[in-house]
Amino acid sequence: MHIATSQAFKKNAHDALGNAGLQKALARSGPSFIARRAAAVAALPEFEELRNTARDIKNHALANLDFYLEAYEAKVLESGGKVHWCADAGEARAVVLAICQAANARTVTKGKSMIGEEIAINDHLEENGIQPIETDLGEYIIQLRHELPSHIIAPAFHLNMDDWESAFRKAHTDLPADRTFHERRDVLIEARTKLRSKFLAADVGITGANFLIAETGSSIIVTNEGNGDLTQTLPRVHIVLASIEKCVPTLEDATSLLRVLARSATGQDFSVYTTFSTGARRPGDLDGPEEYHVVLIDNGRSAMLGTEFQDMLRCIRCAACMNHCPVYGAVGGHAYGWVYPGPMGSVLTPGLIGVDKAGHLPNASTFCGKCESVCPVKIPLPGLMRHWREREFERHLTPGAMRTNMGLWAFVARRPWLYRLATRVSSGALGWLGRKKGRFTSLPLVGGWTDGRDLPAPEGDTFFARYARAGRGR
Amino acid sequence: MSKQSILTAIRRGLKRGPLPEHQAVMLQRRMTEHPRHLIPARSRLPHAQQVDLFVRNVEKEFGSVARVADMEAVPGAVADYLAAQNLPGSLIMAPHPELRAIPWSTRPLLEIRQGRAEATDAVSIQHAFAGIAETGTLMLPSSPQRPVTLNLLADTEIAVLRASAIVGAYEEAWDKLRAEIGAMPRNVMLITGPSRSADIEQTLELGAHGPRRLHVVLVEDAA
Repeated sequence: MHIATSQAFKKNAHDALGNAGLQKALARSGPSFIARRAAAVAALPEFEELRNTARDIKNHALANLDFYLEAYEAKVLESGGKVHWCADAGEARAVVLAICQAANARTVTKGKSMIGEEIAINDHLEENGIQPIETDLGEYIIQLRHELPSHIIAPAFHLNMDDWESAFRKAHTDLPADRTFHERRDVLIEARTKLRSKFLAADVGITGANFLIAETGSSIIVTNEGNGDLTQTLPRVHIVLASIEKCVPTLEDATSLLRVLARSATGQDFSVYTTFSTGARRPGDLDGPEEYHVVLIDNGRSAMLGTEFQDMLRCIRCAACMNHCPVYGAVGGHAYGWVYPGPMGSVLTPGLIGVDKAGHLPNASTFCGKCESVCPVKIPLPGLMRHWREREFERHLTPGAMRTNMGLWAFVARRPWLYRLATRVSSGALGWLGRKKGRFTSLPLVGGWTDGRDLPAPEGDTFFARYARAGRGR
Repeated sequence: MSKQSILTAIRRGLKRGPLPEHQAVMLQRRMTEHPRHLIPARSRLPHAQQVDLFVRNVEKEFGSVARVADMEAVPGAVADYLAAQNLPGSLIMAPHPELRAIPWSTRPLLEIRQGRAEATDAVSIQHAFAGIAETGTLMLPSSPQRPVTLNLLADTEIAVLRASAIVGAYEEAWDKLRAEIGAMPRNVMLITGPSRSADIEQTLELGAHGPRRLHVVLVEDAA
């Protein structure tokens, strides 16, 4: 498993702010994601209504998940595939390894899969002498650099051209050392050439799944490069990794979700390759895998059903929330310390690895609400982060000083006369103290605020006093 | 196998046992009837305008389109395109009856092999089952007559599409597939433009792992 560093979020974030290369990448790429989504949404007048449709479809699927998963499995079996139900990451790793070993696999090509990252399948295959090769361009360089992706749809979001060049020079030592990388195209062509031979040689191809369809027993992948399709077409065995909440009832349901997915993710109307795979090679087919396996993984999802976090299972992994998040935009994905960054990660990660290990993440939010406002399935992300903060507080995981201060604040806030007195005295005093500069660069007890920015001085009056003076809201 | 424990955990979360019979029947019917949801107005057009919308969208997504009057005109359109792109005349073609019926011999310089594509093939000719105007998307269901490798391995993919096979929305393409093919094919690709990647500095580059050119020869059979 990846060692989660979510506990060190504060240090990670601090380091990220001082990382010049990362800051360059964030400044370049953040605004373009936002602009592209906005343009795609503006071009489709029905987009808002489609968000409601998408939310309702996922809610319906989740409310009947047991039924749809069994219907899905029956269809996969009917089309010559196999379904392996796995309760956790360990079971899933064992199943994948067993399939690869039965196929005498030496190399395995991989399409991008976040559940694959979650169960750390690459490490497990490597430990057992099987070489996994990531084929999505972004995942490929992440693998060369032994990193986690920093973004769920753009794994190499944090890298710049010089990073690509140095990683490729280090890895592709068989190529002439004096070759040049003038432009992005040179990187792309080198990767395409290198990976083409890997696609052809691989014994097994592993992909993720954006959706599973109960009506037909199909798994769907969505890519722009075509790497996922080569991965699932050329090797003799195709393994699909999918978590249980990916299952939707029909082609029409999946189609409605696809209408909001690409627009929310990259701002495309539709991704280049949206591919529906159903079972193994049919009689007479000239290509396609001879074996088709679906590894269906729970790994903490069923425990979220029936809780306030059930809404999170609607997530279709478009990344709009992180693309619009001011915190993600400032520190990037690695600071979050595990597989899923940004607002969706701040809700999902505590559920999957424990709030004791990831309690900082739901606190790393300004609650500006932008994530919820762009979510294609309308997940109330700030509300869910608030639930995690409550859980953290209930389990006494918040720091002592914070608990004492919160207790003190609650005591005062429950007594309106005391609250008014306290605010009158403190705003009067602070207003007087700060009357010259209009702000405080440091102040006792609120170092956490003033370390990073100035605290504006109050103007010496409370809201209540002004409200009364103005004649009660006239 | 953890199937039972996962199903039990799901039902525990949903605070119920297995669905009662009448509800299961309702859900089964929902799958059989597969009701449509909201379809955007942009493709709700007379057919001729749907064809135009399809062409505009293919071009918007960096594909190209040549419109020809009938199947007899396809070899000429293919030869012209290859010449304009400075590509060789050696092609791998889907063994589809509609493509095989085309009089390729009118262009003797085209050297055509039929079957699946290999890594060495530079140009493929595929048969498109449907075109979806909404986003300029080709629907390519796999079959012995329509190998998947033709969509992936060649640098240039040329798709032959009848205008009469163009529909407005994805839902109409699914219904066409259900009516004409029946059970779900092993593989159905929806392709919108040539392969691309924005993984390097979030900047679009065409031609990642799949074809870097996608050319549609549109046969105007709808009149």
